[in-house]
Amino acid sequence: MAHCTTRLRSRPTYSWVGSPLLDQKLLYQTYKEMSVTSKGGSTETRIHVGQFVLVEGNDDENPYVAKLIELFEDDSEPYCKKRARVQWFIRFCEISVSKQHLLGRKPDEQEIFWYDCPACNSNIDAETISGPVQVIALAPHEVLPTELKNEKTFFVKLSWNEKNFKPLSPELFAELDKLQEGSPRCRESMETKNRSINSPSRTTAKRSVERIELRHSTSKSHQIPTHLVTPRARKRLELGSLPVTPNTGISQETSQVSLDSPRRSKRKVASEITSPSKKSQPDGLQTSSPAPKAPEETGEMRRSCAEQDEASRESRMVLRARVPALKTTEISQEITLDPIRGGKRSSVVPSVVLKPEVIRKREAQTPEAQDEAVSTPHRIRRKTSLLTLKRIRQQLRFLDNRKNDQEEEGKSDKEEEEFLPAAEITDSDSEEEEEEEASTPPLPRRMRSCVSRSPHSATKSSSHTPSKTPKKTPKPRTPHSATPQIRSRNLAARGPASVLEEARLSLHVSAVPDSLPCREKEFQDIYNFVESKLLDRTGGCMYISGVPGTGKTATVHEVMHCLRQAAHANDVPPFQYIEVNGMKLTEPHQVYVQILQKMTGQKATANHAAELLAKRFRTPGSSQETTVLLVDELDLLWTQKQDVMYNLFDWPTHKEARLVVLAIANTMDLPERIMMNRVASRLGFTRMSFQPYTYRQLQQILMSRLKHLKAFEDDAIQLVARKVAALSGDARRCLDVCRRATEICESSREPGSPGPVTVAHLLKAVDEMFSSAYITAIKNSSVMEQNFLRAILAEFRRSGLEEATFQQVYRQHVELCRMEGLPYPTMSEAMAVCSRLGACRLLLVEPSRHDLLLRVRLNISQGDVLFALKEE
Amino acid sequence: MSSRKSKSNNLIHTEYLSQVQRILRERFCNQTSHTNLFGIQVQYKHLIELLKRTAIHGESNSVLIIGPRGSGKSMLINHALKELMEVEDVSENVLQVHLNGLLQINDKIALKEITRQLNLENVIGDKVFGSFAENLSFILEALKKGDRTNSCPVIFILDEFDLFAHHRNQTLLYNLFDISQSAQTPIAVIGLTCRLDILELLEKRVKSRFSHRQMHLMNSFGFPQYLKIFKEQLSLPTEFPDKLFAEKWNENVQCLSEDTSVQEVLQKHFNVSKSLRSLHMLLMLALSRVTTSHPFITAADLMEANQLCSMDSKANIVHGLSVLEICLIIAMKHLNDIYEEEPFNFQMVYNEFQKFVQRKAHSVYNFEKPVVMKAFEHLQQLELIRPVERTSVNAQREYQLMKLLLDNTQIMNALQKYPNCPTDVRQWATSSLSWL
Repeated sequence: MAHCTTRLRSRPTYSWVGSPLLDQKLLYQTYKEMSVTSKGGSTETRIHVGQFVLVEGNDDENPYVAKLIELFEDDSEPYCKKRARVQWFIRFCEISVSKQHLLGRKPDEQEIFWYDCPACNSNIDAETISGPVQVIALAPHEVLPTELKNEKTFFVKLSWNEKNFKPLSPELFAELDKLQEGSPRCRESMETKNRSINSPSRTTAKRSVERIELRHSTSKSHQIPTHLVTPRARKRLELGSLPVTPNTGISQETSQVSLDSPRRSKRKVASEITSPSKKSQPDGLQTSSPAPKAPEETGEMRRSCAEQDEASRESRMVLRARVPALKTTEISQEITLDPIRGGKRSSVVPSVVLKPEVIRKREAQTPEAQDEAVSTPHRIRRKTSLLTLKRIRQQLRFLDNRKNDQEEEGKSDKEEEEFLPAAEITDSDSEEEEEEEASTPPLPRRMRSCVSRSPHSATKSSSHTPSKTPKKTPKPRTPHSATPQIRSRNLAARGPASVLEEARLSLHVSAVPDSLPCREKEFQDIYNFVESKLLDRTGGCMYISGVPGTGKTATVHEVMHCLRQAAHANDVPPFQYIEVNGMKLTEPHQVYVQILQKMTGQKATANHAAELLAKRFRTPGSSQETTVLLVDELDLLWTQKQDVMYNLFDWPTHKEARLVVLAIANTMDLPERIMMNRVASRLGFTRMSFQPYTYRQLQQILMSRLKHLKAFEDDAIQLVARKVAALSGDARRCLDVCRRATEICESSREPGSPGPVTVAHLLKAVDEMFSSAYITAIKNSSVMEQNFLRAILAEFRRSGLEEATFQQVYRQHVELCRMEGLPYPTMSEAMAVCSRLGACRLLLVEPSRHDLLLRVRLNISQGDVLFALKEE
Repeated sequence: MSSRKSKSNNLIHTEYLSQVQRILRERFCNQTSHTNLFGIQVQYKHLIELLKRTAIHGESNSVLIIGPRGSGKSMLINHALKELMEVEDVSENVLQVHLNGLLQINDKIALKEITRQLNLENVIGDKVFGSFAENLSFILEALKKGDRTNSCPVIFILDEFDLFAHHRNQTLLYNLFDISQSAQTPIAVIGLTCRLDILELLEKRVKSRFSHRQMHLMNSFGFPQYLKIFKEQLSLPTEFPDKLFAEKWNENVQCLSEDTSVQEVLQKHFNVSKSLRSLHMLLMLALSRVTTSHPFITAADLMEANQLCSMDSKANIVHGLSVLEICLIIAMKHLNDIYEEEPFNFQMVYNEFQKFVQRKAHSVYNFEKPVVMKAFEHLQQLELIRPVERTSVNAQREYQLMKLLLDNTQIMNALQKYPNCPTDVRQWATSSLSWL
């Protein structure tokens, strides 16, 4: 990738250790460890799969923490071929500020969270890994051991899934816990390097081992006496060693049993469509099994776990029999199923913990389904779209090759994500998944992108277990999350230097005032309306009308701002705020797409989005919190059938929708005028209209904006307020006039002595903005053009009509010239004059193909023309 | 005088003259921003201040530059942008987007063009992400992300602004103006248009978001200034390789501008149109008459050029017609006189023509009816006559109602110049009753 080169400054060199494990099907090679040699070759660090690592990010102070799941070489990435798959941990400071309060306590400095977000991209450039780190898992109530509080140690207590903090699931916890405690044991054991199969001494972590073995045997259709290293165990191994944990024994019986299971053939099938993402699986088993097969087998294994509860019953029986031998795990072994399920789960984080109860089985399924739901869309993407996305990503990178590459990267990722086609959900249990997907909040990906984890690249694929259904994606998942952005400026914008410039800044329409003067009543009404709906947990509609520039949208924004603060302070229940603008849509039905996207982050076609939204708003219990929807420029959502408006106002009437719709438009009688009865009726009669500002209000607005600035004379402010109030009552106009007046004032005075803006300046500005240019245009037109206008007037007078053909006007023109002794124009010249005047719209003319017969009309009153022509 | 002198050093002149032609033609055609802005210094100052504020302070603005065709709108903005880009702080800090209403005929195309010019195009145009709706939300998102102090200002120049106002819902304009009035990426929207009623074209909410800054370029100079412009446009620059020739050339231009006949020509031209573009046209025609044997522009050249400029195109067509066709036109003229501009058909014209032929004993002009029909159709093809609208198509050709697209004065003028016009035809033209 292009920006790799920009960060070469003091890069260590990265190299693989050990021979690659080539996967024939997947065309890339996996490695078990990587060596990092710092610049001068002075120090060399080795990093294993399974270790916790620090990953370079935007923030040098706080590099990302992650667990290394897999190292592999990916030739499809042009620049950084060394890739790694990781499981992220998130620091408290990386969690978006708005969600930090969910923790409910002060986090410890060294505390990190298991990042449980499948949408997060876990595929990173291996060269961003900066070094190993220690991570210790703690029970939620445990106190952080003080003695371990050094820089390089982190503690995990909770997991964070972008919605809430949860305690680590038992298996996860045990797994992590195991890691740190088990390491010495592993180390000891690796010396033994025993080839013992069936060793009765297997004590812990049986599950994964068995699972792996199971896989082996099934795929090969005969039993291979293998001994495997559990990934978990390897994690703690020191470099260079190829350890075999003592607890990695394989029960031949088990494998045999599973071989006999009737569904074996199906597993085989499954194995053939294993996706590369499978490769994140424990590499441990490669030690003794034929290397190329490994990933595949893993996939198969998983497959079997997921699908074949029945089939493997027998094997489970065997496992159960074995239970007493498992010492370290507190597993209640009545459950036959769980070993496999648990094992499956552990393929990301090889887990040791068996689920204690049968009921857990269901639970185990749920996260998986969720995982599936979120990750499938990206996985199923067609090859072409993958390619495109890759290209896009690269080009985006080229686009802004600046120092904050990483940030940019994250953004582009997000962007791509957003442009991805809607997820096609192909999975078998799509019912459940869809549900899951729908309720996934939009935030995860976006927030993630702010954090921008992987500097280079990429693909943060699901950090979870690669889903049970292997997909054909030849590559790791494509990136998520990026927002298009105009590049930022190189030079900081200059601040205001004088009083006038400061005034101009605060007079700009975009300057958001602290409060909205003169709209207190409207503010209160809207606030009360929305607040009551929030408190009642119901929905409703409100229609807000008013001419442009009367502060409708600004007031609603202000209300939302206050309500959000109130929600923060727990005064009102939390709510989701969505804003759509009819003018920012290409077509009324696109409103569904926008709402859906802002609500859930999903992308869908208009029809599909409408269905999803309808489902969401009509299914009881589907929405946890109230949604406040602001529909600006409502009149543009009008369609022949009015189905868009109908839906927008119909949803809130469903009790379970909990939707509050605030509709804004210009005309007060819009509901009566353009809406069908059934639409207008659903809109209800909660109406509010914003009156145009009176001059006093405009004056107050200006005063409040210029509170502490002595830039305007009081008379001047009053003048402009009165002028604008008389014309339109548009606050924008008022501000623009004042802004222009400051410019006039500035240019009319000698620099360095900017005095206050006087009435004269304002008058000039008002004049400039409101006067029409017709008269000056006529005065400045050429002699022949003026004569032509005279001829038109004469012809109108002659015929008594307000319209004449060109031929008639031409004759008058010739006569006129004759009278005044001017050379009379040829037809072509007169025609040119006529079309010039027509282009300025002084005249209204027909297209010139009518030639002599084209009809001419004046676009301004005859009086104005006479007035303009007389003054010479 | 001078031409005779120069004959001696013909060879040198050839080279210089081709250079002169090149320099001046470039100047006339490309509208290269000239050193002097004629009569628009105030507007220029306003515009450059505005652009600088956008570029340096990140202040969003919108402005319309309004003026008739050829009044220098594009020159003004190009000049301002050029100067802006020469400012050191600015050149790296500003993005420009140029749109033209004649090219970007709808918002979809315009959005694509914007994305392309902002260098975001690689994301567009793909199947995955190519629909109009997506493009719009993409651009809006891109512009929304920015803020006043950190984002690179974007200057949008919308040429033929009035055509953008005809786009559906004025979505593009609304969004551009909305951004310029909200705390997003700083943008300056500059619209160029020749329509004085442009604000009436904007929808009320679009209009409300527009800042109502208007700059009018009205060609508000008088004839003395026009003369000065003429002089300046024709003079050679000081960096011309041969100083001596340049001096001579400029001297000649000076002489020309003082010549009364030249002034007359220019005055006449000025009276027709104040647009500098038409002046360029005049000078171009005069310049093309410059050769080695005729190395300096003379008053005669200018007069000739003026004549070419003001020539009536239809009269020229009439000069090339056959006598029969002329006769038909005369017949139509008489019909127009008699029936007061009522439409006629072929049969009427033919009858009128037959009357004329019968009056004259010698039947030189006695053509078969199909031949006359053919001539009539030829006139129609030349668009000297055109069928009246709303006539049924299935009417017989002879009876299709037609209107003459020539004025009486044009016909009479053309006849006077018509080569070898038979006397009796000319007499017939002056009076339909000449046989009396």
